[in-house]
Amino acid sequence: MSTKQENIDVSVWRGDPHSGNYENFKVPAHESQTILDVVSWIQQNQDATLSYRYACRVGMCGSCAMMVNGIPRWTCRTHVKKVLKGKKLEVAPLRNLPVIKDLVTDMDTFFDKWISAEGLHHPSKTRLDPIEEIEPKSLGRVEINAGIECINCSICYAACDTVTNNSDYLGPAALQRAWTVYNDVKDADKQTVLNAVSGDGGCLNCHSQGSCSVHCPNDLNPMNAIAGLKRATATSFFNRKG
Amino acid sequence: MNIRLYMLQRITALIMAPLTLGHIAVMIYAVQDGLSASEILGRTQGSNMWLLFYGTFVVAVSIHAAIGVRVIVSETFKFVGFTLDAFAWFVCVAMLFMGGRAVLAVTLL
Repeated sequence: MSTKQENIDVSVWRGDPHSGNYENFKVPAHESQTILDVVSWIQQNQDATLSYRYACRVGMCGSCAMMVNGIPRWTCRTHVKKVLKGKKLEVAPLRNLPVIKDLVTDMDTFFDKWISAEGLHHPSKTRLDPIEEIEPKSLGRVEINAGIECINCSICYAACDTVTNNSDYLGPAALQRAWTVYNDVKDADKQTVLNAVSGDGGCLNCHSQGSCSVHCPNDLNPMNAIAGLKRATATSFFNRKG
Repeated sequence: MNIRLYMLQRITALIMAPLTLGHIAVMIYAVQDGLSASEILGRTQGSNMWLLFYGTFVVAVSIHAAIGVRVIVSETFKFVGFTLDAFAWFVCVAMLFMGGRAVLAVTLL
């Protein structure tokens, strides 16, 4: 018993920081197959020099994000059948980040902006103080819960047109992180967070187009977090003036 | 976009919103009653109330639009620093001049 093997036409971006182009591969189609499976098959069977990045394969580490048919996706959890366009796939490195090689991007800028946005904990107590009790249903904690499951995949950053047009813009992930820190009652320096997110590259540049929230693989809503930062920034502006 | 420009743009939007509604209401009123241009000018010329109404509108629009265009020009043409600020000021002053001229034309006797 034999059935004819169906193939997928896969166009993969190959290159370095200076130049590159798409290279075509034929990959056997399978019933349950992810984009990461396709890329791995090419690397293992057709061209061992293909560079790409992945780690957990289960949607937790945020390493394997790529542009798939023009849309940023987590490739380990994206089924081929859901995104195939006429048996064709186009896989490219994430948008808005410099390419290192092939499908691997340099994510330094992305993570540096988390620090620039003061997405850091500013301690209010020492290790000798008792642990502060947080009411799970408190407003601040509910806001934090909505943004805390970010896996740092950079899909929102790649989806954001404001990042494309303004390289100083901190981006949705960093700002969402800052919003969770701002809402943390254990954080001692909220004004520093607001100062960091209200500068030239800050939350005020967001046009609320919502691509971040549409494409976030974990269904988070960075646009909502950015709106919260805008409100907090505006309130702080009047308070400081008063 | 820094906090000062952002707040200035939002505050001018707040000023423009009721003035725009007022302007539309007046337009509908004027059309419904079939007022002629000379009848409209008869009501607006010499009126400090209309001078204040449309004068405030022109000032708010000039500031609001200049900040908005500044963002578009910055993102589209990558203008920065002095060039960007000079362009925004030019838009603001040009709109103030043109709008102010129109307001004075219909409100001064």
